[in-house]
Amino acid sequence: MNISRRLFIRDGVATVTIGLAAPAFLADIAQAQGIPGRRLVVVYLGGGNDALNTLVPYQDSSYYSRRPTIAIPAGQVLQVGADAAGRGLGLHPRLTALRSIFNEGRLALVQRTGYANSSRSHFEAGDIWGTANPQNSTGSGWLGRYLDTLPRPVDALAAWNTTDETPRALKSAVTGVPAIANAATYNFGSPNQGVAAQQERNTAEVMASNPAAGRPHLALVNGANLGAIETLDRVAEARTYTPTVAYPNNGFALSLRTVAGAIVKGIGSKVYWVSTGGYDTHAQQGANAGGAYANLMGTLGDGLGAFYTDMRNQGLSNDTTVIVFSEFGRRISENGSGGTDHGAAGVMMVLGGSVRGGLHGTAASLAPGNPTLENNSGDVHYETDFRSVYARLLDGWLGVNSVPILNGDFKAGAPAIF
Amino acid sequence: MSQLDPAIDHLLRRAGFGASAADVETFRDMSLTAAVAHLVDYAGRPDDVDERIGRPDHVQVSTNNLFAPDIDIDDARQRWMFRMVHSRRPLQEKLAMFWHNHFATAFSKLANDSGTKQAAKLLAAKPGSLRGPMGQIELFREYGMGSYRDLLFRVSQDAATVIWLDGQFNTKTRPQENFGREIMELFSVGVGNYTEPDVYAAARVFSGWNLRESEGYSDNDMNAYKEFVYNADQHETSEKTFSFPIYSDGSKTIPVRSESAGMQDGIDLITALAFHPETARRLARKFWNFFVSEIVPPHPAFVTATANVYLQSGTRIGPVVYSVLTSPWFNDPTAVYARYSWPAEFVVRSIKEVGWQNFSVDKARAPMSNMGQALYEPPNVGGWPLGAGWFSTSTMLARSNFAATLASSQKGFLAAQLQSQANSPQALMAAMLDRITPAPFDSMPQQALVNYLVAGGAWNGSESQVSTRAAGLARLLVASSEYQLV
Repeated sequence: MNISRRLFIRDGVATVTIGLAAPAFLADIAQAQGIPGRRLVVVYLGGGNDALNTLVPYQDSSYYSRRPTIAIPAGQVLQVGADAAGRGLGLHPRLTALRSIFNEGRLALVQRTGYANSSRSHFEAGDIWGTANPQNSTGSGWLGRYLDTLPRPVDALAAWNTTDETPRALKSAVTGVPAIANAATYNFGSPNQGVAAQQERNTAEVMASNPAAGRPHLALVNGANLGAIETLDRVAEARTYTPTVAYPNNGFALSLRTVAGAIVKGIGSKVYWVSTGGYDTHAQQGANAGGAYANLMGTLGDGLGAFYTDMRNQGLSNDTTVIVFSEFGRRISENGSGGTDHGAAGVMMVLGGSVRGGLHGTAASLAPGNPTLENNSGDVHYETDFRSVYARLLDGWLGVNSVPILNGDFKAGAPAIF
Repeated sequence: MSQLDPAIDHLLRRAGFGASAADVETFRDMSLTAAVAHLVDYAGRPDDVDERIGRPDHVQVSTNNLFAPDIDIDDARQRWMFRMVHSRRPLQEKLAMFWHNHFATAFSKLANDSGTKQAAKLLAAKPGSLRGPMGQIELFREYGMGSYRDLLFRVSQDAATVIWLDGQFNTKTRPQENFGREIMELFSVGVGNYTEPDVYAAARVFSGWNLRESEGYSDNDMNAYKEFVYNADQHETSEKTFSFPIYSDGSKTIPVRSESAGMQDGIDLITALAFHPETARRLARKFWNFFVSEIVPPHPAFVTATANVYLQSGTRIGPVVYSVLTSPWFNDPTAVYARYSWPAEFVVRSIKEVGWQNFSVDKARAPMSNMGQALYEPPNVGGWPLGAGWFSTSTMLARSNFAATLASSQKGFLAAQLQSQANSPQALMAAMLDRITPAPFDSMPQQALVNYLVAGGAWNGSESQVSTRAAGLARLLVASSEYQLV
């Protein structure tokens, strides 16, 4: 099949474009779109990351009085300097890999990111970060709207989601995003061998190419079916990659390894989505910089460290930017279970060979009554609107105008991360 | 097309998991009214399905050791799949799955807390099988058609829930908000109908709703158990005021109570939430999506009518489900094939329709995980991403490849059963569509399927041709987009 129709779904309504589907040709298209070669890897920390234990205000006595069990001891933090007001800050001791990148000047830490009237619901907050719209978080995602600006016909692998479910951020009007959770099982099985098996694949492709006029729900499933069949061969190519470093053996690191394979093999995706969970730490986060939260930090830091090094070894670091975010931060005071409940502002991280590293923004002062707090001083109040970070990534990295994508001008106050 | 009245086919896809050959016999001569009654009034039929595990004419289960579904989560998954395929009470299993998504509790967190055996027991143990309370899913089987207020109360005092939402740590000095938030956001009224101060008040209401261990408890002792306990001395006794009425006189304040009487705080809040009109409407919308349609948004008149049945029946679910299944919206033509099947629905229906000879449900376990639905492992407290959310390239490919696995396993049986009906490709297609029931095909995919049957050469009906093409056809039908709709 050289000719294929590709279906994309807008709120259940299919639109059809017709294009040549030869893999090499599409990779060329992908490379020609936007700023050549630049790509964004988005890492989502699911559950609401406890930002105060990620980037620790280790000179703030209220941090210790309000977290008698779970505070990171000052002597153990990995110091990263001080904010503009002179408050010393340090990374969680399990983030050694990130501290190395920070010391190279390639890790930006954007403190107190959030928005007004921060939602404490995982699902609503996740949708707000995904849509970049605190007022109405039900529509398409900010990255989906970016993908929709790419010239048509757009490559079937314009973006690559390493989770099963398309996150809100990647929901788009006219661009299908494949979910490739496990490249190893991303193939087409058959009860037959040889020619008959190939005929089944061809038949399935034709069946899924049915525009299904007037049946938008069927068109939506066809889009998933066709998107899978059309990406099989290139995903198979990406999984032949042999990394230059040993990735840790966990789901997060293996997803990053898959992303590295896609990048090195020249698949051409502009956006990659990776997620890692377990951040809803209501209980037993761990004392003395150990325990459950330390394990989360180890997974995060070691995985990102391996990926960053692999990209640098491949000479691709300058074209690869990673952002890390979560749907909210957590309560300042620990609860009775050695954990923290849902809070407000968090910390975003941006890393890569082109990133201007350092501390951005200022730390909250955790003494009750301080204006940097909200919710009766229970939570950290935001300083930097998360959409201004998105704006900088869109304008300064991906090279598109952020204003229509974010439905507003958030360039002012954007941290200088590039 | 199927051998049943289309309205009964539709009913069986929604209130059950589709129709096997045996189901066709059961329902062939029933009226629609009788079929609804048969499905809803299941309590009169014995719940004997587990006794049939291991029978050679049933789908198989696989295990390396003794089959132990009360303490081994993989075996528990197989037992549930077996029940979905063979239960004579399919609506009981369907509703158990609905409640499992609604009160989504995940094995992995329980296993971190109590070890894998206790975690399996907390979720899946049958009543009376081992010492200690029944597993959470058994609550859904036992009480899923009863009053929602009762179910919400039982789930709130279920040990799996308490561990999952950190209730074991909710004490008077440090109230724990996790359960207090989710009972309002997810188990009752929904976002927009409660305030942040309500969350803090609810956390205090449930302070002392903790856990205790049986004497000499150890994770590996199968007769040891954890159970709910009200720790009076950990209950915060001051009054708690909400933004919505707690009592029928309109009062929004739970009064000061002594520690020993303080469990009543939680009972009062649960009752208020269960009878809250927004809970009634939210459940009505969820039932619309689960039983009627995911394509047409909930019809306002349906929501009102269903919410009224719920409230007037004292929050009983049985009358609500009966009302939904007999409503004009349910039988409207626009509702037919207007839902996206959950992976469990897809897998069970395909096994029922394609066949299960020498096939083990264990073969569905890993594929279901790749399809996005490992039973007992919802991704978070909000449950699974339903509807269109089930479908991505990865999850669709997992469905497609399960179709290949199933068709491959039934290849010889399909050939033997269909040989005499395979005089022409059209005849083979018709015979196959008698058992496998996708939504109707447009002409383009229909033609592609016919082309596939003769793609290897002109039709001669030889054994090898029928063997190859029947299995290939079954694979294509089950993996078709049309088949994913129910």
